Amino acid sequence: MALQSLDIVRRSATTTPSPGVRGPATGEVAKLIDVSKCIGCKACQAACMEWNDLRDEIGTCNGTLENPHDLSDQTWTLMRFTELENPQGDLEWLIRKDGCMHCADPGCLKACPAPGAIVQYANGIVDFHQENCIGCGYCITGCPFDVPRISKKDKKAYKCTLCSDRVAVGLEPACIKACPTGALVFGTKEDMQHHAEGRVQDLQSRGFDQAGLYDPGGVGGTHVMYVLQHADQPQLYSNLPAEPRISPMVSAWKGITKPLAVAGIAMTALAALFHYLRVGPNDTTAEDEAAAAREMEKNHG
Amino acid sequence: MGDTAHRTVIARYSEGERINHWIIAITFVLAALSGLALFHPSLYWMSSLVGGGTWSRILHPFFGVLMTISFVLMARAVAKYNRMDARDWQWLREMPKATSHDDPRLPEVGRYNGGQKILFKLLVASMALLLLSGIVIWRSYFSAYFPIGVIRIAAVVHALAGFVLVCSIIGHAYMAIFAVTGSMGAMTRGVVSPGWAWRHHRAWFRESIRAANPRTRAD
Repeated sequence: MALQSLDIVRRSATTTPSPGVRGPATGEVAKLIDVSKCIGCKACQAACMEWNDLRDEIGTCNGTLENPHDLSDQTWTLMRFTELENPQGDLEWLIRKDGCMHCADPGCLKACPAPGAIVQYANGIVDFHQENCIGCGYCITGCPFDVPRISKKDKKAYKCTLCSDRVAVGLEPACIKACPTGALVFGTKEDMQHHAEGRVQDLQSRGFDQAGLYDPGGVGGTHVMYVLQHADQPQLYSNLPAEPRISPMVSAWKGITKPLAVAGIAMTALAALFHYLRVGPNDTTAEDEAAAAREMEKNHG
Repeated sequence: MGDTAHRTVIARYSEGERINHWIIAITFVLAALSGLALFHPSLYWMSSLVGGGTWSRILHPFFGVLMTISFVLMARAVAKYNRMDARDWQWLREMPKATSHDDPRLPEVGRYNGGQKILFKLLVASMALLLLSGIVIWRSYFSAYFPIGVIRIAAVVHALAGFVLVCSIIGHAYMAIFAVTGSMGAMTRGVVSPGWAWRHHRAWFRESIRAANPRTRAD
């Protein structure tokens, strides 16, 4: 979403400060997804489509309620359904609302080469500004959660905005508003962590010893967090990464390689210049021509 | 010989070789501009030279593929002149110490010297890596066929190989345009002066004049 913003803390491919005089007086925001309360009704998915005017293609049934089968430029949030047979032999239906995690250390933003195509607001929301997007897909390469999708229609990258347009005017994200069970809650990150503590204690008291909050430190924490019954095994939830972090390959590529290579190229050009200034051109002399002429005469003769 | 109206020249590159070389050069410049633009924010302005960021993203891979195809044609023709032998290593060792091109420590140079042969190998290696990694990170057509781990490695490889290629070409262009005067004619009109050939590529000079009498051409 493109709005005039004065609260940008990070901007892709930008080396000078971004407009940032406005701070988040109320602190950073977060969405908390309590998987244990989710009934898989997909009201959030529908609300996301409605608010953002998105309509994915009518798909096919793959035997689960998961539909469509993947995130796309038209599907910014997706309920992923896992049927788990636990060690006690019971069925657990693990339903995870997938979408952008709004990382504090966003791999997409780090990888993006287009100035201002990805911004991070002071409230923690990571937003794509599609008018600056060039469609290279580096955000996909950088994302530890496999979230951004390039549109086939306009070749721009899309993902959940955490309803930055709604949040900017004091509303909660559309998905939160639609959730009928209270599985989705929204507020300051601090409040959400506090709320999650209570939920985790409740789950633990009911036999989910490993219940916990998913707020992975490898990406600096996220502004979308999960309460998981099995926080020790996040991968049970449709392969939620256990220890997400920006890949060392992406860090190397977008970290040290960039300044070193640019410096290396500049040094190469400067070395050539200084070589010329010091040594000068290697001219062919009259003696060379004369020697060559003698040699050619000899050859003729 | 000695006719003031004519000068004797030695043919170095054919018409086809020259045209192909300049196709490589132009596509290299375009690929380098559009590629460097996406590599570091300080170079993003270069994208405007090919029509903006989105055009950079669209065109860069095509520039790269064209460059690679043309380079393969060139490399096939010149590979046989670019095998390193003992004399090349000796030339590379002694060259920095040499006082002149007639320094007896320097072996006579054939069609290409040791430095040019190393450049050739760097170009072959970097272009091969650029092509392979470039296909993997070509999001519009190919990235979907590769796992994310491979794409991430390819992104790093592409950046490093691009770096090597750009630095190599800076060196190549400096030598040809500024450092070794008389070289440009080889790639523009296809000829060099006998003195140039004698000075820089003496063994090749001897072969050339043995193989065919030098042609004389109106200036």
